[in-house]
Amino acid sequence: MSAALLIEQVLNGLQLGVMLFVMAAGLTLIFGVMGLINLAHGSLYMVGAFACAAVAAATGSFWLGLAASLAAAAITGAIVEIVVIRRLYSRDHLDQVLATFALILIFSEGTRWLFGSFPLYLDVPPILSGAVPLPGGGAYSLYRLAIIGAGILVAAGLFLLIGRTRLGIRIRAGEADREMIAALGVDIGRLYTMVFALGAALAGFAGALVGTIQSVQVGMGEPVLILAFVVIVIGGIGSIKGAFIGALLVGITDTLGRFLLPIAFGTVMNASDATAVGSALASMLIYILMAVVLVVRPGGLYGTAT
Amino acid sequence: MNLITKSLAALAVLGMTSAAFAEPVKVGMITTLSGGGASLGIDARDGFMLAIKQSGNKDVDVVIEDDQRKPDVAVQIADKMIQSDKVDILTGIIWSNLAMAVVPAAVAQGKFYLSVNAAPSQLAGKGCNAHYFSVSYQNDNLHEAAGAYATDAGYKNTFILAPNYPAGKDSLTGFKRFYKGELAGEVYTQLGQTDYAAEIAQIRASGADSVFFFLPGGMGIAFMKQYAQSGVDIPLIGPAFSFDQGILQAVGDAALGVKNTANWSKDIDNAANKAFVEGFQAEYDRLPSIYASYGYDTANLMLSALAKASPSDADAFQKALEAADFNSVRGKFSFASNHHPIQDIYVREVVKEGDILTNKIVGTAMTDRSNAYVDDCKM
Repeated sequence: MSAALLIEQVLNGLQLGVMLFVMAAGLTLIFGVMGLINLAHGSLYMVGAFACAAVAAATGSFWLGLAASLAAAAITGAIVEIVVIRRLYSRDHLDQVLATFALILIFSEGTRWLFGSFPLYLDVPPILSGAVPLPGGGAYSLYRLAIIGAGILVAAGLFLLIGRTRLGIRIRAGEADREMIAALGVDIGRLYTMVFALGAALAGFAGALVGTIQSVQVGMGEPVLILAFVVIVIGGIGSIKGAFIGALLVGITDTLGRFLLPIAFGTVMNASDATAVGSALASMLIYILMAVVLVVRPGGLYGTAT
Repeated sequence: MNLITKSLAALAVLGMTSAAFAEPVKVGMITTLSGGGASLGIDARDGFMLAIKQSGNKDVDVVIEDDQRKPDVAVQIADKMIQSDKVDILTGIIWSNLAMAVVPAAVAQGKFYLSVNAAPSQLAGKGCNAHYFSVSYQNDNLHEAAGAYATDAGYKNTFILAPNYPAGKDSLTGFKRFYKGELAGEVYTQLGQTDYAAEIAQIRASGADSVFFFLPGGMGIAFMKQYAQSGVDIPLIGPAFSFDQGILQAVGDAALGVKNTANWSKDIDNAANKAFVEGFQAEYDRLPSIYASYGYDTANLMLSALAKASPSDADAFQKALEAADFNSVRGKFSFASNHHPIQDIYVREVVKEGDILTNKIVGTAMTDRSNAYVDDCKM
């Protein structure tokens, strides 16, 4: 195992981590502020990817596609909040899960009806295409580096937004005591719509960025959604900082586990078995991580223990 | 005279096989119509339904349900189809883990199962069954051919990669059976995985001279795009599934020139294949994939057997299926004693025809290939 390989794998872990953060940030904000479990967050990720692919195909510009993904997901999010989600705040979590699960089905079939079942083409823009050399003799995809950069920018922007702006103060106040800020004259309905649209836009952005190197297809959001839930449980529900740390932990654990475990087992058994056992265990690793974190800190790393 | 004509007419009516007046046959199709594997199931279904439509046979009633690529859902659907819809024949499953969950129970209840795709080694060897037929291949086949091709092409150090499920294991086993070189690495990924950065890093570090990968559906698209972006330029080889018609347009030019092994291609020159490719394009306005060809052949095999016997007469129907008396789009087609095909396997290359990426046959990897499990099957 060379240093170059290790560096590349750590970068891969970081890239997965920051994308999970962009997904999980919206999810944790929505849960923290509104107390809502939104299973349809993965559908907004898909909406972003499809909007990006469709606009990029029509105009030939990836950047217009990226802007479209933000706009489409934010608008879809706002509409969904006003039409459906608003009625669910006072209901218990089971009703929310049922209703947002229904939204997943509606979005998936709606997208299939509009775009068909076959994956759409979306490719990396020429300026970010190809690989750059790494110290130590390796090389790394420029686009993945750009994803890491974009994810860190989003994280910085969110910290500023939550910590330094009026909207951020209201969001934090909403998390702490929603009746009180409503009584203080803040339009809580509008605040909720804005938070939901912001979370949706982040999911759409992640969908567009990741869809470019993966595959833009119906159902792409659900696997990511599961990982995003793991992230917010590890990080502590409602905490942006927790989501960030949790996402990086999950990204790096998953990537390095998939890479190192088969090698580790290879030292004690033959290569073929080691691969099978190692891969099986690697796919469980993040859930083991989640279980360990919950045993040590039941509220998550940065959550308020209840 | 009148009496004679009347009796002759009566005899002629009697002489028509029972099939001609048989009650409608019910076929249950369980396939993947939603989620990441949907394009495969949709193509298999469309190919199947096209053959039925072209035959003009009105006595076949097909019930279609979506398994969502989930074994538990597939089992529920199979139970429902057998118990409440009373189907005679089941078909349609794409994924081997689902086939393992559904097929043994279905054939144990006396139903026929005709596979349009999945054909795990477990069902070809000790677990074979008189009522189970694979029309597509035995899972190892296309991978065996890829192994043979890699050896012929002079590759000595191949990195191999497949998802961790029955067909993935069959894939790497099949590849290794006919590949004579060394392995630079062997990796199992998760089924449905979409990010291959960790595996690509290992490929880069492995010093391989070629990469063999089996990643059907969306997995293959993700891998190919990420591979193209990674700066790794080791030549790729794979089975047809990794470079299928449904995948190529989403991968784009990154796939051009890649060699893959297949038992069908749209340029195989025979009348049945022509009728299939033209009919499919006319009906669905897209090029057929290999899964569509399997669906089409499966339906035609079934129709050929139905013309001779009814599924209610199980022994006669089994004999009629074994005869494989239909015009396969692959040309030569017959069944080995464990009900898996004996067929030629070709090497294809990804080319561009106009704006459309597609495959073209450039050679033959294996002739009259049966499968490795024939002797384990005691039927």
